[in-house]
Amino acid sequence: MITNLNRIVKTGFVNFWRNGFLSLAAIIVLTLCLLSFGAIMFADVFGRTMLKQVEDKVNITVYFTPTAQDSDVTSFVNTINKLPEVASTTFISSDQALVNFQTKWQNNSLILNSLNEIGNNPFPAALIIKTKLPSEYAGLVNFIQSPAAESASGTSVIESVNYGENQVLIDRLGRLIPDVEGAGAIVAILLVLVAVIMTFNTIRLIIYSSRDEISVMRLVGASHAYVRGPFVISGIMYGLVSGILTIFIMAAIVFWSGAIIAHFAGLQVANDLASVTSVVSVYFISNIGEISGIILLAGCLLGALSSYLAVKRYLRV
Amino acid sequence: MIYYDKVTKIHADGTKTIDEVSFAVEPKEFVTIVGQSGAGKTTLMRMLIAEERPTTGTVFFESHNVHKFRRHDMTKYRRRIGMVFQDYRLIPNKTAYENIAFAMEASGRSAAEVAADVPHVLELVDLGKKMWNFPRELSGGEQQRVAIARAIVNQPDIVIADEPTGNLDPENTYDIIKILQKVNELGTTVLLTTHNKGVVDAIGGRVITMEKGKLVRDDKKGGYIL
Repeated sequence: MITNLNRIVKTGFVNFWRNGFLSLAAIIVLTLCLLSFGAIMFADVFGRTMLKQVEDKVNITVYFTPTAQDSDVTSFVNTINKLPEVASTTFISSDQALVNFQTKWQNNSLILNSLNEIGNNPFPAALIIKTKLPSEYAGLVNFIQSPAAESASGTSVIESVNYGENQVLIDRLGRLIPDVEGAGAIVAILLVLVAVIMTFNTIRLIIYSSRDEISVMRLVGASHAYVRGPFVISGIMYGLVSGILTIFIMAAIVFWSGAIIAHFAGLQVANDLASVTSVVSVYFISNIGEISGIILLAGCLLGALSSYLAVKRYLRV
Repeated sequence: MIYYDKVTKIHADGTKTIDEVSFAVEPKEFVTIVGQSGAGKTTLMRMLIAEERPTTGTVFFESHNVHKFRRHDMTKYRRRIGMVFQDYRLIPNKTAYENIAFAMEASGRSAAEVAADVPHVLELVDLGKKMWNFPRELSGGEQQRVAIARAIVNQPDIVIADEPTGNLDPENTYDIIKILQKVNELGTTVLLTTHNKGVVDAIGGRVITMEKGKLVRDDKKGGYIL
C-alpha cells in the first residue's frame, strides 16, 4: 500500500516535469483562473469597504428642546441605548455644540460676530444615533416620535429629528445594499464558473493526449487508483505552482499598483484611485496568510478534481 | 484454458465483424490466427482481454466468462495476460526500463523484484544497453522488443501478440518471432495474429484462418492458405 502510494506520488512528479509544455499550459490557465478568484476577492473587499464608509456617514440626529430637563434627556438617551438595533450614540451638549461651531468657523469673523450679536447659546443639545443596519432607521424614528419616548412628565423633550433630510438616502441605501451584494455574488459565481470550466477543459485536453497511455496502463493490469493517482498528483502540482504564482502576482499588484497607475495614467488618476489601492493593500497585507491558504487550496483542489474527473472517462476499458 | 463459444460481434452500424466463432486454446499452445485485414483477428483478441464485448456468445478463461469479471478481478485477470500490439503502445514519457517496471509495479511487485527482473528481461530481448532510452530514441524493432519484454516480465499465462511484426522489416520480424517462440518454449501460451505469410510458414504450428469474421480453417500444423 505504502509502496504503491510512493510510486503514485513519484510518477506524478516525474510526469509533471516531463510533460513540460503541457504542464506550462495548465499552470498558465490555472493561474488565470486563480487570479480571477483574487480579483473577485479584492472587488468584494473594496465594495464592502465603500458601502461601509457610506453607511457610516448615515445617521439621525435628535435635537432636544432648550427647556428639556437634564434628567429627562438622560432618561431618553438611556432608553435609546437599550434598543437592540442601535449601534452607537453620541451626545452633544448645548455647550459642546457651541464650541464645535466656534472651532469650525474660527477664521470667519463675520459668522462669529453674528453669533455674539445673538447673545446667548442658540444651539440645542443633540443626540447622534447610528443603527446596525440602514433599514432600521425608519423604525427607530417612529419609536422616537411615539409617546413611548416621551419623558415621565408626558412632555416631549425632542425639538426635531433630522431624519427627513437623510430619509431618501437612507431608504435608498437600505434597498440598494442587499441588491448590490446579490448582484456581486452572482457575477462572482459566474466568473468562478467560467474559470473552473476553462481549467477543467485544459486539464481534460492534457489527459486526452495521454489516453493511449491510460489504456496501456489498464491493459497491463494497473488498478483504477494506480492509473488515476499520478494524474491527480500532477493536478495538485499544477495547482500548487499556479497558487504560488498567483500570490506573487497579487502581491506585485498590491505593492506596485499605485506606481503603475501613476506611470501609465498620470498622478491625478493615481490619486483618485488611491482609496481603492489603499483598501486593497491593507486587506491583502493584513490577511496574507488566509488569502495564500485559500488560493493554494483552491488551486490544488481544482487541479486534483479536474484530473480525477478527466481520467475517469478513459478508465472504462 | 481459453474457449470462444459461438462468439458474434455486430457493431452499432450493423457490421458483423465476428460470426459465430468457436475454438479452444490449450495451455502452452502457440496459435497463429491469420486472415486479411478486416477478417476479425484483432476483435477476437480484444474480446479476450475484455476490451470489447461480444454481441452474442461467450469468451471463457479457465471456465470464467471474462466479461463477467468484477473490476478488481478484471485487474488481476489482465495481469495474467501479456499484450503486444502492432503499434507497440509504449508509454512515451517513460524509458524502456520504466515502461517494463511500470507493468511490474502495477502488479504490486516489490522494488527489489523490479530492480532484479527488468534488466534481466531487457537482456533477454537484447536491449540491455538501451534500457534508459525513451521510445522515441529506439527503432521500430527495438520498441517492439521492449513491448515484448513488458508483456513477459510478469510471467503471464498468455501472451497475445496482435500483428506484432506489421510495422517491421524482415530482419526484425524474424527476431520478434524467435523471441515469441522462446517465450512459448518456456511454457507460456502464445496467441499471434498476422497476415504475413512468411511469419506463418516460419512458425509452422497451429493456424486458425479467419475470413470475413468466420473461422474457416483450424489446422494443427497449418500454413498460410489465403
